[in-house]
Amino acid sequence: MTTARMLRAVVALTSVCLLVTLDGGALYGVDAVDRDVLTAEARRVASIRRASATAVAIFAGEAGGGSGVLVRPDGYALTNFHVVQPAGPAMRCGLDDGRLYDAVLVGLDPTGDVALIKLLGRDDFPTAEFGDSDLVQPGDFCFAAGNPFLLATDLRPSISAGIVSGVHRYQFPAGTILEYTDCLQVDAAINPGNSGGGLFDADGRLIGVNGRASFEKRGRVNVGVGYAISARQLRQFLGSLRGGRLVDHATLGATVASSADGRVVVSDILESSDAWRRGLRYDDEVVSLAGRPVRTVNAFKNVLGTLPAGWQVPLVYRRGTERAEVLVRLAPLHAPAELAAIVAGDRRPDRGPGRPAPDDVPGRPETMRPPPEDMPAAVRAVHDPRPGFTNHHFNVVERDRVAAAIAAARRPPAGPWRFGGTLAESGDFRIEVDDTVVSIELPTGRSTLDPRGDLDAAADPPGSGGLLAALALWRRLSTGGPADLGSTTYWGTAPLYGSPLAPADETATASPPLLDVLESAVAGVLARFFVDDGGAVVGIDLWLDADADPCEVRLAPPADDGLPRAIVVRRGTTPFATFLVTPDGEGR
Amino acid sequence: MVVRCALRMPVGWTAVFATVSLTLAVCRADDADGVPQPQAAIARAARAVVKVYGSGGVRGLEGYQSGILVSPEGRILTAMSTVLDSADVECVLDDGTRHRATLLGADPRRELALLAIDATGLPSFALEPADAVPVGTRVIALSNLFAVAVGDERVSAQRGVISAIVPLQARRGAAEAPYAGDVYVLDCTTNNPGSAGGALVDSRGRLVGMLGKELRSTTSGIWLSYALPAAELVRGVAAIESGTIDAETVEDARPFDPGRVGAILVPDLLDRTPPFVEAVVRGSSAERAGLRPDDLVIAVAGRSVGTRGALQRELGRLPAAEPMRLSVIRDGAIVEIDLGPKPRVEERPRREDER
Repeated sequence: MTTARMLRAVVALTSVCLLVTLDGGALYGVDAVDRDVLTAEARRVASIRRASATAVAIFAGEAGGGSGVLVRPDGYALTNFHVVQPAGPAMRCGLDDGRLYDAVLVGLDPTGDVALIKLLGRDDFPTAEFGDSDLVQPGDFCFAAGNPFLLATDLRPSISAGIVSGVHRYQFPAGTILEYTDCLQVDAAINPGNSGGGLFDADGRLIGVNGRASFEKRGRVNVGVGYAISARQLRQFLGSLRGGRLVDHATLGATVASSADGRVVVSDILESSDAWRRGLRYDDEVVSLAGRPVRTVNAFKNVLGTLPAGWQVPLVYRRGTERAEVLVRLAPLHAPAELAAIVAGDRRPDRGPGRPAPDDVPGRPETMRPPPEDMPAAVRAVHDPRPGFTNHHFNVVERDRVAAAIAAARRPPAGPWRFGGTLAESGDFRIEVDDTVVSIELPTGRSTLDPRGDLDAAADPPGSGGLLAALALWRRLSTGGPADLGSTTYWGTAPLYGSPLAPADETATASPPLLDVLESAVAGVLARFFVDDGGAVVGIDLWLDADADPCEVRLAPPADDGLPRAIVVRRGTTPFATFLVTPDGEGR
Repeated sequence: MVVRCALRMPVGWTAVFATVSLTLAVCRADDADGVPQPQAAIARAARAVVKVYGSGGVRGLEGYQSGILVSPEGRILTAMSTVLDSADVECVLDDGTRHRATLLGADPRRELALLAIDATGLPSFALEPADAVPVGTRVIALSNLFAVAVGDERVSAQRGVISAIVPLQARRGAAEAPYAGDVYVLDCTTNNPGSAGGALVDSRGRLVGMLGKELRSTTSGIWLSYALPAAELVRGVAAIESGTIDAETVEDARPFDPGRVGAILVPDLLDRTPPFVEAVVRGSSAERAGLRPDDLVIAVAGRSVGTRGALQRELGRLPAAEPMRLSVIRDGAIVEIDLGPKPRVEERPRREDER
């Protein structure tokens, strides 16, 4: 008995001594530390310092709070939907510099559990640089910077380090929303309050936003299993979020299942879906979507879950030995009212009895907090909720930004546009676009349109789906800006496929460039304009009828005279024509 | 010296050692030199970890766990559990292929089960007798925790450090774990649903142990993250394959009443009845070994016992061939008594008071 006690005392004492010794650095003297270790340590310290500066502590009073991460110097920061929902549209945010900032809610993606907020008062906020989440592999060092258990009362973030445990994880929706697709799984401690904070790689690059963890028997504390929304998904939604929208996720209009031999095949498909119109049928094998391979049902859900509704992406499918590649438009997952109800909290996510509960979202609330009575003036000035939007103010900001880019870019002349050339298929063409008349001469005949009236019946030239109307709206946008285009909003960003100068393998890349998109509801039609970095309109989708295929116009970037040298027009899977525009003068 | 002490400390003391070993791991410069990045080790080792699906699915009783391939011919070692209480146990390999598994045998003491699937040329762990890795070793736990990975998705990786090597004193619900040998205690949380049967590997991807089941310490009540050392896996597989697992092994796990060798203890009337010897049967092994009435047993094979129940449990855990070495207090001094191995059949000496 006495012996055992003595032994324990000796052990305890020795442990204490050992700790003291190590702290003193005498046991493994500083000289003995490998240079590589010191270099690695210095790198880690620098990464954590950089990342800490971008970490946002969000406080929502009694409703809790969470974390965020700054991604733009003018104050835009990413966080979780389930963090801002209880916080409401106005919040106070702390940074590592020890200062508090007013912040306003900008955009929401409730399905993906993402929110964009904007900190006010500076245009030189430190920002996190996006990493490539597709390059992350299990075992990579990673760390989270955030506000676990709302400990950051001094506003400085807590850091928890770990490794990436798994990639491309799929986590079922908690209730009806908050589906985590293609997420990163980490053993770095993710606790309640870490939600919305950044997950960083060894170099301090942002590879994800933490938001969820598997909890079980010990209650809501970390058990080595946390999940982060991938940087890929965040980048793909960032444009729409910046536009102050209430963003929805997508459906293909088809479900898939594993066949007996392990292929991923279409198990059900809506005949009203774009995929059906592009030729996809029951039992077709899905090979890839949006340039990413689909080998399992989870992989399909992972790819789809990272895509915003409305994007047009490549789909490769196989039927027997026949392989087909089409561009398919993704439909919204929810009706707009349904999405709004989820945000407001009217619709409570139901957790069915068959749903195991190991997965939970830290601090998930039920209702959206209303704006406070005493909203600071600076926040009030940038807060404009409207149906269909999270904060319409920012939609105007983005729309005006794109409009300014268009106005500053090389444009066709203000007078009548007259140009001609040859069709890649065969024969010549002439096009004239003016404020009062739009005409096109093709080998098959001449079509004209008076662009001043309603355009919803303007399907000419036959088979184009409304090319004349698209040309008319292109001119209006180019000469008069969005003001001449009825109700125009900033739609977000999207890839654009099938442009005249696009490389042949453009559909094979999983990370196509993203272009700004404006959407106009004008003269009875709906049009989306794709605008490149230089402010050039390089794509137009025009719907005469919401349920039919749009006319798709793809324009090469403008030459010196402001006109594109090539224009591709198609409708659905059917090419209409490729116009090769003859340089200045020749066609006049 | 310190580490040697740590080896014999009960689980309740591991917190102290976790701190020490963590500090050691961080400070050891030589670890960083020449140790490959964990990514490669994970990628290699995870190929030999399988997802096991069987019976269960009700709350608190999951229908899935993990397993490790221990031969290229489809031998899979996993934790013996209710998941295997099914004629329909399925193993999903790293490449996503699914295989019906048959149960070859089980080691009830170590709670190991050996499965077979019909496949060849599989990536597998070498299961060889190996020395225990020291406290402070960096390890990676690979398992299908929470069944996060399905199909060909790679099992989850967690990093950790071996915090202590201690005898397991744990229970599941009210039942004590039958295994009471040394385990690796880990500083990362591996006692999650589905983790049991997963691989514990070193930074080069070599098998160090197998992740244990969800157990709580009998001392502190905390959930334990531990792994069965590779040497125990080797013994377990050998026992299963040679067919030497019999009822006796299971019985060993049950409390052993020293009355069976003639040491009559005081009646167990209190919650914590001290293990006093009340009487010694004449002519019994206990008498021959020198045990006397009023001796107070304080330890079995060096492990302290405070109650009659604990004494019987410790005796029950002793391997069949190991002698029952008791430390008793008699007249203020410690006396060592060797009762010899547990008898296979009941000793039937005539007792004085049996008349």
